[in-house]
Amino acid sequence: MLDRIRVTVRLWFAPQRLREEGTTPDYRFSLANERTFLAWIRTALALVAGGIAVDQFLTDLRWGVRTGIAIVLLAGAVLCAFRAVNHWVRCERAMRRGEDLPASRFPVVLASGTAFAALLVIAVVVLGLAGR
Amino acid sequence: MTGGPTPGAPSAAEPPRDPGAQPERTWLAWRRTTLTCAVSVALTARVALEDPSSIAVVAACLGALAWVALLLTAHRRIGGLARSRPGTMGAAETMGTLVCVLVLVGVGGMMLL
Repeated sequence: MLDRIRVTVRLWFAPQRLREEGTTPDYRFSLANERTFLAWIRTALALVAGGIAVDQFLTDLRWGVRTGIAIVLLAGAVLCAFRAVNHWVRCERAMRRGEDLPASRFPVVLASGTAFAALLVIAVVVLGLAGR
Repeated sequence: MTGGPTPGAPSAAEPPRDPGAQPERTWLAWRRTTLTCAVSVALTARVALEDPSSIAVVAACLGALAWVALLLTAHRRIGGLARSRPGTMGAAETMGTLVCVLVLVGVGGMMLL
């Protein structure tokens, strides 16, 4: 397990090592993988923007709540960015080896987090808790 | 019918255009990503202009630097995509992008102070 993680992390920093194994897939598959990577990077960037916006514009909230939300969003951005690189490397390796693409629970985690946050906002708006 | 390459016929000199426009879609994805990054940097710039405390100004400058770095990374990759058979991303592209995002997260953290 630890060994596998070490090998994958080394590939983050040296993706050219991927060429040492397997066969090069159709470049269009690699480009699709690259666009997925960029979509995750955009998700991370949007979370950063959200974190900054919450801190700057929700000034009616108490300091602790505001900073807490901002930190959660920024932490989510860090996770998304690392996951983008990790998933790109693993997909690229699986395509070279001709294996199935790696399954991942991360999208479910992110979706649940977003849904939970949305429900929280609905509750705050409906109950009129904002600004108190 | 006279000679000359028919449109769509493969020739040795120039491989057929990819009908899925994959390289174009990929460079547009890079452009979208730099634009998303610009939104975050614009937010920090706005904060720095409104309240020019030293930490906010430093954070906005760092954010602008990260954006320029991402722009250069995207530019480099788009140059790589212009070839007829583009290779996969290298360490410069993946790590450059990751570092830019992490710097922006740091900028967001500085804004909280």
